[in-house]
Amino acid sequence: MFARLCRIAALAGLLLGAAAAARADEFATIVAGFAGGGFAAKEQAIVALGRLGDPRAVPVLQALGDDRLRAAPDGRIVIVDTAGGTTRYADAATGQDIAGLDPDSLDRIIVNNRLRGDIEAALGALTLFSTDRGQRLAAAADALKHPSADTAKLLERALAAERDAEVREALQRALAAARLFAGTKDEQLAAIRTLGAATDPQIKNLLDRYRDRPDLDRERRAAADAALAAMARRLQLTGLAANLFQGLSLGSILLLAAIGLAITFGVMGVINMAHGEMIMLGAYVAYVTQQAFIALLPPGWLDAYLAAAVPLAFLAAGLLGIALERCLIRHLYGRPLETLLATWGVSLILQQAVRSIFGSPNKAVANPGWMTGGFDAVGGFTVTWNRVYIIVFCFAVLGALALILNRTGFGLHMRAVTQNREMAAAMGIRTARVDALTFGLGSGIAGMAGVALSQIGNVSPNLGQIYIVDSFLVVVFGGVGNLLGTLVGALSLGVVNKFLEPVAGAILGKIVVLVAIILFIQRRPRGLFALKGRTAEAEG
Amino acid sequence: MGMFASMRRAAVAAGIAAGMAAAAPAWSQETIKIGVLHSLSGTMAISETTLKDTVLMMVDDLNKHGGLLGKKVEAVVVDPASNWPLFAEKARELLTKDKVAAVFGCWTSVSRKSVLPVFEELNGLLFYPVQYEGEESSNNVFYTGAAPNQQAIPAVEYLMSAEGGSVKRWVLEGTDYVYPRTTNKILEAFLKSKGVAADDIRINYTPFGFSDWQTEVAAIKQFASAGKKTAVVSTINGDANVPFYKELANAGVKASDIPVVAFSVGEEELAGIDTKNLVGHLAAWNYFESVKNPTNAAFIKEWHEFIKNPKRVTNDPMEATYIGFKMWTHAVEQAGTTDVNAVRQAMYGQKVKAPSGFTAVMNTNHHLSKPVMIGEIRPDGQFDVVWQTKEAIKADAWSPYLAEDKGKVADWTYPWVCGNCTAPKYAEN
Repeated sequence: MFARLCRIAALAGLLLGAAAAARADEFATIVAGFAGGGFAAKEQAIVALGRLGDPRAVPVLQALGDDRLRAAPDGRIVIVDTAGGTTRYADAATGQDIAGLDPDSLDRIIVNNRLRGDIEAALGALTLFSTDRGQRLAAAADALKHPSADTAKLLERALAAERDAEVREALQRALAAARLFAGTKDEQLAAIRTLGAATDPQIKNLLDRYRDRPDLDRERRAAADAALAAMARRLQLTGLAANLFQGLSLGSILLLAAIGLAITFGVMGVINMAHGEMIMLGAYVAYVTQQAFIALLPPGWLDAYLAAAVPLAFLAAGLLGIALERCLIRHLYGRPLETLLATWGVSLILQQAVRSIFGSPNKAVANPGWMTGGFDAVGGFTVTWNRVYIIVFCFAVLGALALILNRTGFGLHMRAVTQNREMAAAMGIRTARVDALTFGLGSGIAGMAGVALSQIGNVSPNLGQIYIVDSFLVVVFGGVGNLLGTLVGALSLGVVNKFLEPVAGAILGKIVVLVAIILFIQRRPRGLFALKGRTAEAEG
Repeated sequence: MGMFASMRRAAVAAGIAAGMAAAAPAWSQETIKIGVLHSLSGTMAISETTLKDTVLMMVDDLNKHGGLLGKKVEAVVVDPASNWPLFAEKARELLTKDKVAAVFGCWTSVSRKSVLPVFEELNGLLFYPVQYEGEESSNNVFYTGAAPNQQAIPAVEYLMSAEGGSVKRWVLEGTDYVYPRTTNKILEAFLKSKGVAADDIRINYTPFGFSDWQTEVAAIKQFASAGKKTAVVSTINGDANVPFYKELANAGVKASDIPVVAFSVGEEELAGIDTKNLVGHLAAWNYFESVKNPTNAAFIKEWHEFIKNPKRVTNDPMEATYIGFKMWTHAVEQAGTTDVNAVRQAMYGQKVKAPSGFTAVMNTNHHLSKPVMIGEIRPDGQFDVVWQTKEAIKADAWSPYLAEDKGKVADWTYPWVCGNCTAPKYAEN
């Protein structure tokens, strides 16, 4: 700690050549400059704090960026800290706590995007030597974004002190980017080698700009060309991987939305237009669970709300499904047109009921901490956590369902009833009970899908309408009555869609997929995986 | 019977009337009916229900203060259910069956285009409260939302300025229908007139309710990595916004790197999004709830009391509804009648102190003069105004940046008397 302070003090001394005592006063003066004034005055203060190199500036700048800096009526600048449930006020200039402050008397100190960029840059310079590894990594990434000759010296020093391999690599790239335009010829060639090893569109553009400089000799231009060509090949591959992941993610969402329907429509043969509303109910269960967690439990528990919402949504939608089957659908077996109209009516009733209870505006369902953000996989392609978890969740649901269908007594009964109702009844299976439970299972799974979908999209009364068409498409395309067909259908639709979108655009891509499916159904009316044997014949 | 009985009946009636007069203002028997034509079900219910409530609040307030021309005002609420042809049907019903004096309604441009022939045929009066693409001026519509030069153009100019980040590269991202297409056409022409190269503009459209933004967000990041400051101008409408912003936040697109300025996202829409990761993204409107002035404070207070929920937010289309309603009541008072032709004449030059803190003025092109404000999203779902015009800007019905609009004039006073012509209807002798 002490060594670091010394280093920063030395750095600051180098930059300003000022005495330590003078700096203390200067720091307070600069901080006081945040009160009142326009964005221009604040910008000067931020830049000045960055130049000063005083570690005390870090909490002040962070508070400014996070909207936690306030101006007190007596001119003091106050940092608000709400961590741990209690609100603390500290004097920004001295760092000391202030007691008995009236929160209403404080004025917010607002920033705009430009100032946020300045804060980032200033913090970047200050945090290159931070003890926190993540902060140093972020600072190195920032330096790569704004390469300049000024930062080269700072980066050299940071690199010399750095132990962590990943941060070292990031620093080396940032340093190479800084030297690419300002270094000697040898430094430039070395920089091309370092940068050429990266796979990043940002670096590619940097090299592109470098290559187009008119004053380059043949050697450097050839080196840049070679590096660019190699990077372009790698970027093409990562682009392919990115498309594949996006297709998989879209496919998993289609699959989640369709699994429930694969049971109610695919296995039972009920044209269930209210399927989308079961998904919507699941999403509202997620919202209600979130609100209950906020209201009833300590803040630390909030991240767990999703785990509680999944079984609750299954129960809520499942019970509603059973009620629906008992009260309505069982009277309509064998009459597909009436079923279609009745379930469509139910879907309208459910939509309007939710609209009356919760109101028509969207509800905010936040991603829990562990589902927020993503990681840079490769080549500037970010894999987002919520999508990764949804893929995992989707396959877990599908796996559990396959187990239930193939390994449990209930699954056996269910298959028996759907394949030959009279025979199953003759064998002593209570077909009415199996029907109700099967419909409940399909609806419950739709409810769980709703929880997952609340993590990437809207929670509104219209939610179900977005997914109902796609769900039917997947089930019909995959082959009615076949889980494997639903799986393959959903994933192939997802991947094809995502490979078409960059080429044809979202609208044309969707049209192409729809036309392709219509043509396919003309050729194979039973979908990808047609059921064979007695059931298929009986239905035909 | 006869004479005596009828006199007694009259006396009783008078007594009852007198008793009622003591309890409530002395209403004349007939009421003034106004129509409220906003979707209360279907996709657009999400936005339009609030505007229906705003009109009801204004009517309530008006009746508390003595009504209009000594008569009580009665709102006839119909539900066109986000169904564009139904809008026209309901509009006809309001004008012919209910004989309303004015209609407050519509949100999407396609619903407005659907009712326009009805209002022109039956000489009705529509107050349209939503920001839109311009390129229209009807004698039977008063447009109280922003035209492109009161929203889109200033927002882009702000981002081009040093204060807004000196943006050099532009992604125009929209939902595929008339408002985004027209706005982007105007913006593209504007950007090119400012010397932006065609390579530095990317235009993309997605369907209504689009929910899988992975490819597009990745493409935006790719487009932005060219070393020039990049911004996204979003005319994405309705339900597609939530998944778009969620994907942006999770893909690590920060406002300080790639700011997104939206023309259809306000306080009401943000209430459905977790805004922690969206801090700094922008919206351009003529009003924000966070604006501090006495008119706005009273407006917000009245809204909370009417809707009985202190958490409900106010937004720009609500303010536009407020301005339109106030102007209509003032014009009716001034004309002394609800006759459409007389009220229309009285509307020109009407001034209203608006919750934005500025005075809105109705011009002879049936559009308002209003201020333009740029707001940045803050963590609590409200906006900080980071830039605003010094005075109210007059709306252009026809864009000066489009070649096909050259010379087009919208002016409904003598000698022009037209919404789309290049020469006055009445030539001066």
